[in-house]
Amino acid sequence: MASSGGVSRTLCSLYYRFTVCRQCQRQVPNLSKTNRFVVSTRLYSEHRSTHFGFETVSEDEKTEKVYKVFENVAQKYDVMNDAMSLGIHRLWKDALLQLMSPTPGTLLLDVAGGTGDISFRFLDYIRSRQDREARRDTLSRQSASWQEITEAYQPGQSDRQGGVQAVVCDINKEMLKVGRQRAAHRGYHTGLSWVVGNAEELPFDNDKFDFYTIAFGIRNVTHIDQALQEAHRVLKPGGRILCLEFSRVSNPLLSRVYDVYSFQLIPVLGEVIAGDWKSYQYLVESIRRFPDQEEFKAMIEDAGFFKVQFHNLTGGVVAIHSGFKL
Amino acid sequence: MGTLVRGALSALHVGSARNCKTLLFDRRRLFAADVIGLSRHSEHAGAAAAGHGDDELHCRLYRTHIPTSPVQKALLAAGSGVAALLDPYRHDMVAVLGETTGELALRRLRDRMRGDPEGYQILQERPRIRVSTLDLERLGAMPDGSFGREYLRFLDENGVTPDSRADVKFVDDEELAFVIQRYREVHDLMHTLLGMPTNMLGEVVVKWFEAVQTGLPMCILGAVLGPLRLSARRLQLLTATLIPWALRNGRNAHCLLNVYYEQRWEQSLESLREELGIEPPPQL
Repeated sequence: MASSGGVSRTLCSLYYRFTVCRQCQRQVPNLSKTNRFVVSTRLYSEHRSTHFGFETVSEDEKTEKVYKVFENVAQKYDVMNDAMSLGIHRLWKDALLQLMSPTPGTLLLDVAGGTGDISFRFLDYIRSRQDREARRDTLSRQSASWQEITEAYQPGQSDRQGGVQAVVCDINKEMLKVGRQRAAHRGYHTGLSWVVGNAEELPFDNDKFDFYTIAFGIRNVTHIDQALQEAHRVLKPGGRILCLEFSRVSNPLLSRVYDVYSFQLIPVLGEVIAGDWKSYQYLVESIRRFPDQEEFKAMIEDAGFFKVQFHNLTGGVVAIHSGFKL
Repeated sequence: MGTLVRGALSALHVGSARNCKTLLFDRRRLFAADVIGLSRHSEHAGAAAAGHGDDELHCRLYRTHIPTSPVQKALLAAGSGVAALLDPYRHDMVAVLGETTGELALRRLRDRMRGDPEGYQILQERPRIRVSTLDLERLGAMPDGSFGREYLRFLDENGVTPDSRADVKFVDDEELAFVIQRYREVHDLMHTLLGMPTNMLGEVVVKWFEAVQTGLPMCILGAVLGPLRLSARRLQLLTATLIPWALRNGRNAHCLLNVYYEQRWEQSLESLREELGIEPPPQL
């Protein structure tokens, strides 16, 4: 902001207008106290560094970089999941649903749900449960009167919340786009709602959902504690949080094999199948950066959840953490 | 046993790091340690991992470089070969195959370039053939029959652009990376000199020519497996006239990477072919 006028005047105006930030040695505007606070919190997040895989980046940068990663991988996301986990990721997601055991009439929020795997399984589970109940009902009503049969044909319990049973929320529009295509392809026309939103700042009211799931998404969130607090906010009292995420392998031999597999094979698969080495390098590095089972359990407890437990799957390669809001 | 395994595992990854002369010895050990033997309980590894991103940057020899271990290169070569066979339109896979299998051939090519005065000049000046570096208007204004004009005609007729070449990623030497990049960029010029279109038949003929000239395994594989996708009539034409012509010219012609094309746009195509020892192309 140099004014035309002579060196001394320039220096004076610079001195008056700008101070030098102690942390980054950049010139920042010299503002009133309140403005300075607002600006400094924004600059604070630029100063504060976090990890992006094994790189060190500023927090603002991390959100952007993660967005780009998933924008690039969205089209080949499911193919790559099958290739990298040899199809085992389907068993992991099935285990999550088994643990959840939802009943008809409950509402799910699937955060970082992207391509919709968990939500589809949720709908399937509920529908099979509803079918079983309906079959039990008809069996018990073998000798019903016409009046009772007419009543039984009334449109059913699935019409709560305007027909929505599962809300898929993701920060990335590309992933949601792929998810909607898959839903249409597989015939999930009702019961799903697709929302763009940030896990750290969910666009929902308090006490709305019965279940909150986040599958393979929470390690990509910049502020995990904020995401957990938001989860606590949007869940109803009695609601349950379920988190499926890569975790620490305790067995040392399996751990070495897993490391070699992750670092040698997965980026190669990413390059060959998806034409993108760097995104999958980020993926394996971000897994190593995520806290281990006990630490993450403590973080969930800090957010206000009770009865927090974790279950290891495949020797600790993934873990399901669950907690209740009471 | 543990040290044996750790040693073997560090060899798996450090292979490429050995070529990174900018890394200090103990930083390289940290690099290997925190990538392979990641013991979460050791703060040391955690602290090293925090700075790992910067190590990674130092290990990069050029902007698009991705350091890889020998195991990763082998896997990439196998995977990209299969992917390229399954879907020949995946040019990035063909490129990766060329980079991962071509080290020996690239060294020989680089030495041949060093031995030739024009090739040496190319290695020094590092010219790039891109839309931003070519003056397409000037080329269009040149007389018919000149090399520049014919090259532009080739680009227009076949609907290709010099910017569609993939970046080099897996070559662990910066000069060899330039050699393979130059080879990719000169490919279209080879088409012009040989008078071959960019359909499957023309590409196979150019691959045979390149296989003899460069010795790159990717060219040899492409030359041998490419004809499998051709119809019987074209295959007959290929084996009867085109392949012998390509082989003869590949052997007798001047090394096409040693030609500073950017200085030869005005030269007529006929005289350039004569100078390089390329016979006029047979009619397709």
